[in-house]
Amino acid sequence: MTDVLTPPAPEAAPKPPRSPWRDVWDQFRSHRGALAGLVIFTLFLLAAAVGPYIWRVDPTFITIRARNLGPSWTYPLGTDQLGRDMLARMIAGGRISIAVGLTAMALSLVLGTLVGMLAGFFRRLDGPLMRLTDLFLSLPLLPLLLVMVMLFRESLSQRFGPETGIFILIVFAIGITSWMQTARIVRGDVLALKEREFVLAARSIGTPPGRIITRHLLPNVMSPIMVSATLGIANAIITESALSFLGLGFPPDFPTWGRLLFDAVDYIRDYPSRVIWPGVAISLVVLSANYIGDGLRDALDPRIRGR
Amino acid sequence: MLTYTLRRLLLSIPTLIFISLVIFLLLELAPGDPLADQPLTIPPEVRERMRAALGLGEPVYVRYWKWLVQFFWVEPRVMLDAWLGTAMAVGEQRIISWQFRAPVFDVIWQRLPQTLWVVGMAYIIGVLIALPIGIISAYRQYSWFDQIGTFVAMIGFSVPTFFTGVLLIVIFAVNLGWFPSIYDTTLRVTDWPSFVRQVQQMAMPVAVLALYNAAQISRYMRASMLDNLNQDYVRTARAKGMTEPVVVLLHVLRNSMIPVVTVIALGVPSIFGGAIITEQVFKVNGLGQALIGAIYANDLPMVQTLAFIFAILIVLFNLVADVLYGLLDPRIRYD
Repeated sequence: MTDVLTPPAPEAAPKPPRSPWRDVWDQFRSHRGALAGLVIFTLFLLAAAVGPYIWRVDPTFITIRARNLGPSWTYPLGTDQLGRDMLARMIAGGRISIAVGLTAMALSLVLGTLVGMLAGFFRRLDGPLMRLTDLFLSLPLLPLLLVMVMLFRESLSQRFGPETGIFILIVFAIGITSWMQTARIVRGDVLALKEREFVLAARSIGTPPGRIITRHLLPNVMSPIMVSATLGIANAIITESALSFLGLGFPPDFPTWGRLLFDAVDYIRDYPSRVIWPGVAISLVVLSANYIGDGLRDALDPRIRGR
Repeated sequence: MLTYTLRRLLLSIPTLIFISLVIFLLLELAPGDPLADQPLTIPPEVRERMRAALGLGEPVYVRYWKWLVQFFWVEPRVMLDAWLGTAMAVGEQRIISWQFRAPVFDVIWQRLPQTLWVVGMAYIIGVLIALPIGIISAYRQYSWFDQIGTFVAMIGFSVPTFFTGVLLIVIFAVNLGWFPSIYDTTLRVTDWPSFVRQVQQMAMPVAVLALYNAAQISRYMRASMLDNLNQDYVRTARAKGMTEPVVVLLHVLRNSMIPVVTVIALGVPSIFGGAIITEQVFKVNGLGQALIGAIYANDLPMVQTLAFIFAILIVLFNLVADVLYGLLDPRIRYD
């Protein structure tokens, strides 16, 4: 995101040339919600990344005498029904939830970009790939996700161990059920881009299709991909916590925010705060990701930028 | 238009058959054994006979074919029998749920009213809230109303329904005690007090889902109104001396409703299936909960049939949305 990508703007001759990313950042900054979202999201990322090294309490350590405690200096967020420290569990849960969100988003972006690029660039693949996309869009996704998790949970956790196995399963399941929007957007953009002169020029000097895609098309569809990346994180985190909430996500020893919420619902009458913390965390992360996406969409749209 | 509709209908048949195959084959991989809960003292040959009685003895393609026949040929006739009082399908094999030992469709008919009442009501209320909010937000763009509306909509689709639901339970059921936290399906509305109780128990699930639906639809409504408010025909209408309500509510609204109507149509399948989580939170025993229960209980026929019904609804309402778009907008003709 530095000056490497800078084509100098011709009309800005008197002033020093501005990089397009600088313009994007200026526009992004003027969107107050997006800025707040960026700050909150970074804070959560930091807390999840560095938290365990600062708050060195084992999230699975059971202190059976210290059950159901309220907030105190030893336990800032209290303890759960087995006397495990809620703050440590929240941090551990955040690590898993955010990791699932990021990896699932990456998988769905790669899949979606690949399918969209192939469908847009190669006319012969367009029909079949788009029918495939329509097919995936008409599958009932949440039931299918539940069924997939139910079917493959046992075999995968036997092969890779309970945590890695279920992580792979959930990331994979979310990834292959959420790539369709990206594919459609990328295909539409590629269809329009490949008729432009610079692609014709590249073709006429004999650039092979693979290089046209990576060198000329991919950089030009980056902005919609970035927007769907942020929205994809939000979607993946919500889906993961929904699965955990329905009891079909991670096993109880590996807290995620959805799992913590699910476990706390049984004690909702007496200890409502244990429901609130993970719920607020999920909501804040998703809200900030959505706001970042909103701001990015405005910032990357050249028709809005500079107005 | 008619040829287009017919062509799409014909095209949706292979799509649906393919989806049914995917669902069926995926569930074939299921590791669970439907006889796992039977006592171990049952001799092996009896166990084999029980498996055969559940229809498990035969190869995959035979079972798939049987399931298709039961779904598309036997069950519709059973339904007709029930409505018309005829006896076309007496004694034919229906899709049997392993969990309830009863026909799957009987369970679905029992569960459908709760789902339709709660989730359908939430959808209608959500649409009714979303439309005026979207219209005013667009008309007064960047006003305080628009800012608040945008924020609430953002919250509406960022905060997951399982959290809003639980939050409402904490506030209104636990602390204030206004509403019951569990939906009572056995309640019959006969007089005024029972009607009040029905309204009370529907209030929270309907509110949760309505907020979620309203958030999405109001965004579409706002965007669509904004697209239209800057068009030339709006200036013409104002220049002709039309009053502002006529311009906005007749000219602009009618044109901006075109994409919104299709979005509303696309959301209808979620009325039947998408409210799985909300039904789980408030213990409404509707279709979503039937699906979750069937997944936990390894009840494959039930899961297959429900998932396939959801798929049919999605395909059908996609078609309805496309046809509606063509009907409402004369600029779009598919043929």
